[in-house]
Amino acid sequence: MKFKTFAAFVGPSVFLMLLFIAAPLVTVFVGAFQLTQPVVEMVEEETCTPGFVTQTCTTTTVTRPVLDEFGEVVTTTEWVGWTNFTRVLDPEAAGAAIRAMDWGQLMQVDFYAALRFTLMFTLVTLPLVLGTGLAIALAVNNAARSIRGPVIFISLLPFIVTPVIGALSIRWLFIGDGILTSALEVWLDRDIAMFAQAWTIELMMLFYRVWHVAPFAFVIFYAGLQTVNQDTLESAIIDGASRWERLRYVIIPHLMPLIIFIALIHLMDTYRVFEEIVGFTSQAHVISLQWLTYDFLQPDDAGNRAFGRASASAMLTMVGIVFLLIPLLRRTWRDHKGGSH
Amino acid sequence: MKLKTFLMAGAMSAVASVAMAECAFENEVELRSLSAGFEAWNAVTDAWAECGNVQAELNQEFRTLQPQAFAADPSLYQIGGVSNGTITPLLNEGTIRPLDDLVEMYGQNLRPNQLIRINGEIMAIAMMVNTQHLMYRSDIFEELGIEVPTTWDEVLEAAAVIQEAGVVDYPLGATMKTGWNLGEDFINMFLGYGGEFWNADGTPNVNSEAGMNALETMMAMTEFMDPEYLVSDSTYVQQQFQQGRIAMANLWASRGSAMDLEGESQVVGLVDAAAAPMAVEGAAPATTLWWDGVVIASNISDEEAEAAFRVVMEGLDREMVEANNDAAIWLIEGYEPGRLALGAIATASATPPPPAYPSTSQMGLMHTALGNELAAFFTGDASAEEALEAVEAAYTTAAQEAGVLE
Repeated sequence: MKFKTFAAFVGPSVFLMLLFIAAPLVTVFVGAFQLTQPVVEMVEEETCTPGFVTQTCTTTTVTRPVLDEFGEVVTTTEWVGWTNFTRVLDPEAAGAAIRAMDWGQLMQVDFYAALRFTLMFTLVTLPLVLGTGLAIALAVNNAARSIRGPVIFISLLPFIVTPVIGALSIRWLFIGDGILTSALEVWLDRDIAMFAQAWTIELMMLFYRVWHVAPFAFVIFYAGLQTVNQDTLESAIIDGASRWERLRYVIIPHLMPLIIFIALIHLMDTYRVFEEIVGFTSQAHVISLQWLTYDFLQPDDAGNRAFGRASASAMLTMVGIVFLLIPLLRRTWRDHKGGSH
Repeated sequence: MKLKTFLMAGAMSAVASVAMAECAFENEVELRSLSAGFEAWNAVTDAWAECGNVQAELNQEFRTLQPQAFAADPSLYQIGGVSNGTITPLLNEGTIRPLDDLVEMYGQNLRPNQLIRINGEIMAIAMMVNTQHLMYRSDIFEELGIEVPTTWDEVLEAAAVIQEAGVVDYPLGATMKTGWNLGEDFINMFLGYGGEFWNADGTPNVNSEAGMNALETMMAMTEFMDPEYLVSDSTYVQQQFQQGRIAMANLWASRGSAMDLEGESQVVGLVDAAAAPMAVEGAAPATTLWWDGVVIASNISDEEAEAAFRVVMEGLDREMVEANNDAAIWLIEGYEPGRLALGAIATASATPPPPAYPSTSQMGLMHTALGNELAAFFTGDASAEEALEAVEAAYTTAAQEAGVLE
């Protein structure tokens, strides 16, 4: 293909990628090293509050932002170096906790509590999603042709449900005296509060995520299963390979590139776990890195947003994903090089 | 039950459109309002809708939406429903307009008590006061022979008796959902113990005796509560009451009337209200006084502001109050305090009276820090002192970033 034709085809997508991916990344990167503050002044202010009969007025000194002639808040932006990162990571407290070997104290710093959950969540759901996806794919592949269509449709349903809605539905099944909690209570004959401690919430989140993502793995694996070399399978049967051995030595090696692909996508997606935290309102017990960024961005009750800390936390999340992906990417790279000669 | 509510809402809106004539004038300007979603706002926004061309949005997330929406030019909403807590960002960013001229033209029916003046300028029109009051199941109290508690110690004793008798699932309910609600409950208790949030130099001072006492009392309360209290907000507690699952709660006065809602509540007529309990004998009730009211955006044309204000006045009139007398503790002419308002009135007229919640940036920052950091204490991940230290650290960072602390 001529370079000009190539450029004409690729140009628009490169432009869009620059606009929607590269530019925001650069802005966040720059923002992570900046602090934007409103300029404030102290003013004497008389405020009146209604009572049942009359008002009580009090005069106090309060800080109010300075407004310019257009009614906008005057702000200053400064370069603050690593300050935002230090505020998010709190190395002082973390260092002290690590020296004292005090896990609980380390978990007091939001970032590490979020990191702990995010990593646990990502690494535990990964094998479960791969396993469940593969199991469903094998089951469907072996099912009678006449019921395959409906089975595929039903297996895909959880993937179609909007994540937040899915999380909310599970929340309502379990919160307070939700029907499933009540059922469990009757069955186990004891009082159960699923939202009162971290581990039950985490269990529900793990269950939810596997339920939600397994269909994705299933579809990919199912497609892969259609391309397994039937001759190899038949010769394996003739050689006396059991069902398990056929799976272990023929099917799984054949699906390996797909397993890596799903693992990559899943790690990237799950490291940004967010819907579960919001859906289950679990922030008292469990938070994730993505939620931490969101929390910094939410205006507090005085109307301020911590853009600097949010940017720093977003950068840290990105660095985390890159670290997680390195082993898989190296493997893909090796395979790629190995396969090219 | 839900279906019935929907049907009711449908029927009500049909009635509202028929009853368009009840509004004194026909509004021709497209208006939008954003407010919280409790009973009183339902009543007021329904009355506004009668004037035509008013789109009311009742949203529990209004606290986060309002500052940005009002900062847009033109503002996304002409009318805002605020309280003395949520008016702070709007005041700070100058996105609401002084109402003196409009009050002079159209506000003949307002009482002086309703005009919220800041530095002499009227910035908001208050419509109701709100505070916490102790709601309790009078039938259970009578049956078990319990006196109505006036202090938190007595509340805990009463809760123990009710627990013993086993007449409800949990003796106590509280709005202790992580975030704003938990912060609010702590603030009430902290002030009840005579706490001061700041030192003279503006540094935080919650890690003090009052702070420790407040957390200790709150922890003692949780023993009598649904273990899922860290996700329990006002609506959740209201429903617990309505379903007869709790016997006592120090809950917002604005939630009182829901107890007598036929069709929603199973405890109609069985819930009474008393003053919010004191943390220390002889001190002010451990709560803060709030008002809810209306503001008008500054980034809109004067014509829109005028139309908006006329519509607002139409909603805050005697007819609306007479039709919805028990929905709130109205400041508006024509209000007759009902049975469930007595608790809030007793709270507010106690001597010494509880303080009003201050509309300052510092309070907003403190509230957020408290709401986020205190949960660790209740989950058992941190001691009271560690949690309060974390609050002070979070406040200091946020206050430095907001430029209100050196």
